[in-house]
Amino acid sequence: MSSLSRDDVAKLAGLARIEMSEEELVALSNEFTVILDAVARVQEVAGADVEATSHPLPLRNVFRADVVVPSLTPQEALSGAPAQEEQRFRVPQILGEE
Amino acid sequence: MIRSTAAEMAAKLVAGEVTSVALTQAHLDRIASVDTDVHAFLHVDTEGALAQAAAIDAKRAKGEKLSPLAGVPLALKDVMAQKGIPTTCGSKILEGWRPPYDSTVVANLKKNDIVILGKTNMDEFAMGSSTENSAYGPTHNPWDLTRIPGGSGGGSSAALAAFEAPLAIGTDTGGSIRQPAAVTGTVGVKPTYGGVSRFGLVAFSSSLDQAGPCARTVLDAALLHEAIAGHDPKDSTSINAPVPQVVTAAKSGDVKGMKIGVVKELNGDGYQAGVRARFEESLELLAKAGAEIVEVSAPNFEYALAAYYLIAPSECSSNLARFDAMRYGLRVGDVDGASAESVMNLTREVGFGKEVKRRIILGTYALSSGYYDAYYGSAQKVRTLITQDFTSAFAKADVLVSPTCPTTAFKIGEKANDPLAMYLNDIATIPVNMAGIGGMSLPSGLADEDDLPVGFQIMSPVMKDERMYSVGAALEAALLSKWGAPLLDKAPVLGGAK
Repeated sequence: MSSLSRDDVAKLAGLARIEMSEEELVALSNEFTVILDAVARVQEVAGADVEATSHPLPLRNVFRADVVVPSLTPQEALSGAPAQEEQRFRVPQILGEE
Repeated sequence: MIRSTAAEMAAKLVAGEVTSVALTQAHLDRIASVDTDVHAFLHVDTEGALAQAAAIDAKRAKGEKLSPLAGVPLALKDVMAQKGIPTTCGSKILEGWRPPYDSTVVANLKKNDIVILGKTNMDEFAMGSSTENSAYGPTHNPWDLTRIPGGSGGGSSAALAAFEAPLAIGTDTGGSIRQPAAVTGTVGVKPTYGGVSRFGLVAFSSSLDQAGPCARTVLDAALLHEAIAGHDPKDSTSINAPVPQVVTAAKSGDVKGMKIGVVKELNGDGYQAGVRARFEESLELLAKAGAEIVEVSAPNFEYALAAYYLIAPSECSSNLARFDAMRYGLRVGDVDGASAESVMNLTREVGFGKEVKRRIILGTYALSSGYYDAYYGSAQKVRTLITQDFTSAFAKADVLVSPTCPTTAFKIGEKANDPLAMYLNDIATIPVNMAGIGGMSLPSGLADEDDLPVGFQIMSPVMKDERMYSVGAALEAALLSKWGAPLLDKAPVLGGAK
């Protein structure tokens, strides 16, 4: 049986950048025991001889001619910004103090 | 007037019996009178719709050549970016966001002069089968307001069934067009993957997502399909080939000599008695219309649901990383000295609902080192097996059929706390997305036990979308002559005395 502890969920939430309350962590940990059991069924038929499919179409790079086409104006690009300064996105501190 | 089909509305517009402004106003009035009960719309663009309609009327008055659906109104699922119009995806994280650009689907709608009435409700980021996961409250099924209208595109299906719009746009990642169509007695089509551009469709699971037409008749769906489909250089997965001749197919509805394969695994145990009865009846009608019914087997379909709930969450955990509170959307906790990481953490905690968080965490786990091969890797192999099952089945039949969903519409709240029970709704629709083929749901009648609509699913091979329209049109015509009137005439009258 697969399971995820409360601490496992907390680690995943950290990786996924989602703050979670104690209540949410415990609830998800309980749900995952059931969900993981259900999805683990894929292992029953996924033999070494079966190729993986990541996409329904054969993917290849698509290029276009290297010509300048109109794009968003700075004003349009910034129109949804939570904060802006001097025609740039203003964001919280990214690096530490030291 | 609002109960006509889109094709009939278009004919009246051409004949000058009605203007687009009057037609649009009639639908806006209908929305005003019933949408407090149905809650199909998250945003109604009264001004924009009327302005667009007036411009189309002016073009027509000047004698300009217009597209077949010019002047007919439509409801747009809120997952599609429309320039300057709120686009939330049913999420708090995008509340108030107005995209600075149009999705290609919207650009095509505008090019075809189809009037956009507003944005419809949906499960948050299209994750769900009931529209209960919308951060803005659930949509109610016009057949019974205490029941779900399906999901994730429950707003679009409910708008059609409530005669708030004759056409709608949906998106289908695991059944989000077809299952809502089934439970509301409407028509929904998931075209071949790559048939309709994904540019400007807010991504949930990029290898599965596909936009498509929703309507009340097969012909209306075909007309809308041709309006939105086609190659788009802005989507690298868009197929560069002519659009299948779906309108011609829907008009002919000829199934003589066609082989229709019944998928053995998508019927039987777990399917409601009334769903099975309507399915059998539809098969008999198709046989009478000249089709040959054969049985096909797809042994790996039983693993499709499990594979889907690894692939879709994995892709979603990656796609939804873009909601980082930096460039657009919600930002929480941006106080002096707060780090970018803490702002992201707090914003995503507040901005995402329960199901979205559940899937992001599941996807993060399935992709994490040490578990990748066991989960995501194995799911990708199942995807191969499902595609192979389809290939063998299509060697024996021109199209495949099944009930669209195992049950009719359930009560709002009934499955809200049981994610696995909710996921089972999509058991018959998911294989289509895994293989990237086309799928349609159309109404096949009401289940005897609860008088609620039942959907009939038709699946066609890659870029052979016209086949499902031929079969759909044939079945629709046979059912209509059996019933004597459209199924939606049996739905309760909305907007009565409150």
